[in-house]
Amino acid sequence: MDYFFQQLINGLTLGSIYGLIAIGYTMVYGIIGMINFAHGDIFMVSAFLGLIAFLALVAIGVTAVPLALFLVLLIAMALTSLYGWTVEHFAYRPLRRSFRLAPLISAIGMSIVLQNYVQIAQGARVKPLPPLIPGGFTLVSSKTFPVELSNVQIIVVVTTVVLMGVFSWLVARTRLGRDMRACEQDLKMASLLGVNVDRTISYTFIIGAALAAVAGIMHLLYYGVIDFYIGFIAGVKAFTAAVLGGIGSLPGAMLGGLLIGLIETMWSAYFSVEYKDVAAFCILVIVLIFLPSGILGRPEIEKV
Amino acid sequence: MSVLSEHSTGHRFDFLTALKRALLSALIAFGLFSLLIGIRTDTGPTGALVLTGRPALLAIIVGLVFAGALVRELILRDRGIALGRFVSPDLLARAQALGKFVGLALLGFAILVPIIFYHDRYLLDLGIMILTYVMLGWRLNIVVGLAGLLDLGYVAFYAVGAYSYALLAENFGFSFWICLPLAGILASFWGILLGFPVLRLRGDYLAIVTLAFGEMIRLVLINWQSLTHGPDGITGVPRPTFFGLPFNNDDGGFAHTFGLEWSPLHRIVFLYYLILVLALVTNLVTIRLRRLPIGRAWEALREDEIACRSLGINTTNTKLTAFAMGAMFAGFAGSFFATRQGFISPESFTFTESALVLAIVVLGGMGSQIGVAVAAAVMLGGFEFFREFAQFRMLVFGLAMVAIMIWRPRGLVATRTPSIFLNREKDINADLVRRARTKTWSWRRAQHD
Amino acid sequence: MTDAAAEPILTVEHLSMRFGGLVAVDDLSFSARRGDITALIGPNGAGKTTVFNCITGFYKPSVGMIRLTHTNGAEFLLERLFDFRISKHARVARTFQNIRLFPGMTALENLMVAQHNPLMLASGLTFLGIFGIASFTQAERAAIDKARYWLNRIGLIERADDPAGSLPYGAQRRLEIARAMCADPVLLCLDEPAAGLNVRESGELNELLMFIRAEHGTSILLIEHDMSVVMEISDHIVVLDYGLKIADGKPAAVRDDPKVIAAYLGVHDEELGEAHAEAGL
Repeated sequence: MDYFFQQLINGLTLGSIYGLIAIGYTMVYGIIGMINFAHGDIFMVSAFLGLIAFLALVAIGVTAVPLALFLVLLIAMALTSLYGWTVEHFAYRPLRRSFRLAPLISAIGMSIVLQNYVQIAQGARVKPLPPLIPGGFTLVSSKTFPVELSNVQIIVVVTTVVLMGVFSWLVARTRLGRDMRACEQDLKMASLLGVNVDRTISYTFIIGAALAAVAGIMHLLYYGVIDFYIGFIAGVKAFTAAVLGGIGSLPGAMLGGLLIGLIETMWSAYFSVEYKDVAAFCILVIVLIFLPSGILGRPEIEKV
Repeated sequence: MSVLSEHSTGHRFDFLTALKRALLSALIAFGLFSLLIGIRTDTGPTGALVLTGRPALLAIIVGLVFAGALVRELILRDRGIALGRFVSPDLLARAQALGKFVGLALLGFAILVPIIFYHDRYLLDLGIMILTYVMLGWRLNIVVGLAGLLDLGYVAFYAVGAYSYALLAENFGFSFWICLPLAGILASFWGILLGFPVLRLRGDYLAIVTLAFGEMIRLVLINWQSLTHGPDGITGVPRPTFFGLPFNNDDGGFAHTFGLEWSPLHRIVFLYYLILVLALVTNLVTIRLRRLPIGRAWEALREDEIACRSLGINTTNTKLTAFAMGAMFAGFAGSFFATRQGFISPESFTFTESALVLAIVVLGGMGSQIGVAVAAAVMLGGFEFFREFAQFRMLVFGLAMVAIMIWRPRGLVATRTPSIFLNREKDINADLVRRARTKTWSWRRAQHD
Repeated sequence: MTDAAAEPILTVEHLSMRFGGLVAVDDLSFSARRGDITALIGPNGAGKTTVFNCITGFYKPSVGMIRLTHTNGAEFLLERLFDFRISKHARVARTFQNIRLFPGMTALENLMVAQHNPLMLASGLTFLGIFGIASFTQAERAAIDKARYWLNRIGLIERADDPAGSLPYGAQRRLEIARAMCADPVLLCLDEPAAGLNVRESGELNELLMFIRAEHGTSILLIEHDMSVVMEISDHIVVLDYGLKIADGKPAAVRDDPKVIAAYLGVHDEELGEAHAEAGL
């Protein structure tokens, strides 16, 4: 039972990270109907940015961990948003009127570019980071298997919750959120009504990238090691999460993320670790066959 | 950057605006590259990371971006050159008219290559590789180009073909000629199996799911050690024989039987012709299928699936058939790959392979056989050319993919040739042809087209 | 008007279609006689296309039965048949409100695709066809002849090799009808075939439909807004409003029906009571 409880905690933490990335996927898909293949790699880039920023800050003397982390978060979010904006602007915007496959292929190209860019710039080896936030709480002390909740995990979950709150407020209450929802419903009509579609789409990418940046920093803190390939795997899993929760639905993305995190953790704990990625892929396939609109999504009727 | 459609009055203002924009570009570039290029992390002696600053490199790159942006703003804006018109449509149209001749010429050249370059093993190997990818491209053409099903996981069938051959040969001792069709059948069986779940999916979803399949197969191959020997792969895959005559120096060997002096090149040349024949068979079958009702049904499926259903076409079977055919040829190619290398491991079957073949098909113009062949030659030739810059290869490749989509999304060959004529032949401009479900009235609706 | 077989070819009984909370079609029953041209009319949003989609297998009705009877007595329950089977087995063909041709394929190719099923059989499910057996070449030639016949009938023989997407609008509409006919249907369902046609083209459409009915004995079911077409050629009209049937009969009767007039002209709520009283409801 304790083992299960620990896995539960681990799974939720992992799921939070996936959820943050999944939001980016779901938002972009909702607004322009395109799967941003490169989103997972944006996440990877943010992790690298965070790492370098942190080391740089330490090098110039900012050694107080909380302050450094805060600055790192800001820097990573800012720069990652810049990346997100750039990718959209150069690789997707020109193709908005093109045929269906074009943005997808462009996205694949962009994904390859980002992976190799980081690989060339920083070398192909994994990058470790010593654990920055030590300690935690022992929830259930037992001889056989103590259940521990580490500080990092708390931070991850709390940050995620806070961000979700901010974000939901943004979408529901602000002008930008309204514009986004309008574009999601009917792009053409929104533009006819005066919504600056280009700018709204840019903001969508920027916000998605910013959230992915947070996820990247969390990943960095939680796992302590990154390499240029994490984007691909995380990307597919986060996309699975978005689909599972219902593509186009924000709470769905988070829900999906949590579920995927839990499933993956449970699977590797109880069945086999090697096949945990396969488990995620299988879920994707199953969901797409049997429940294509996801848990919280809206099923659309085919118009003939 | 947005395009100014009117000329500003006065050259002065032009320059200032251009300067501002270029500065903006440079600033963005600085932001992007500051951390990742400006600072380098390396694993130091203690295992912790060590930072090295690279301000010079950063400055150079930002400077280049600035200069490039300035050039673009000033010069190209004034001349109004749209960057996408390097190759004029007239030229291409005339090239297409020569299409048939080009095809035959290429074929003739291909046949003669081993004779011309007999002693250049490197070139022969390159030729073999190019032809392999041409065959894969032609196979993907069936699924993507004809049926409009975006299959990104084809590498799974490639792997099935290769592993089937290797395992069959290892466990049953079958020769290449028996294994080849068996591998093809196994692969097409998998193709149908994997095709079932994705039948209802459209466009992007289909792409992601097939991609996931490809990765799954690779993971299974790595982890199912008892069957596939895991990441070590399978060695000692038997080499092809010339219909039973092995290519070695023995008395019963090929060289001796034909009275030639033995040379390792014999096998290479044989492999070359083998892949050439395989590729040609793929091509011929594709052409033939296009004229048959199934091929037309594939193309109709790509154009408008709902209309197909209303005409009584069993779209499920049609799609599955496309998958099965594509998988079969990929299986053949996989067997060939295994026998050529003599050794296979899961590392050869990554997603990058799928991306490469997809790029070839897209660049060549989906549905066009010649375009794909030319594109394969160009891309692989380019790859080899850049071999020294191994790391930059992939980067350039990715950039090229993006660039091609922006400048020439239809690929090199931008027309479709109808499969049947009443009066006279006329090629159809690609803009009319639906490629894998274009949007109807909004991006989102199109997912349910 | 042919009155050869007066029994119904299509019987719709208690058809209802619900989308979530919205009731698009409410307990509709009508029948169409064999050899008739039956029109389904009503204001926008009345549920006509929904009924069509139920009949042609694109929607599964929430409630109800749709029965199709062939001359040889074979019966098909269309609410259970789905998808391509309705065209293939029950032989119901349709056209679409927003023209669904295959734009990148030539007119000829469009017509050839419609004959997919017989050609597939003739090619031995493709396998034999690869080797070019004689029976396939024959079948293909017959198919081309049939396509040629229809192209002539709709006046597009000169443009047989032009991509369908490049044809003018009126020609595209005619091509879509010809394509449906190439699938050899016993019931032809047309969704607003006259939409966007000018007076002369509507006249040609009328001729074409009458010809189809006379020469091929195909029964026709059509949705239409253009009254000149409807009144001119229909034998039987069914009127829908808000998913309910409000009239059903011969054109002359329907035309003078006050309920129909009210539905189309939009009688005010206050006047509705009067209108109903006048109509004797």
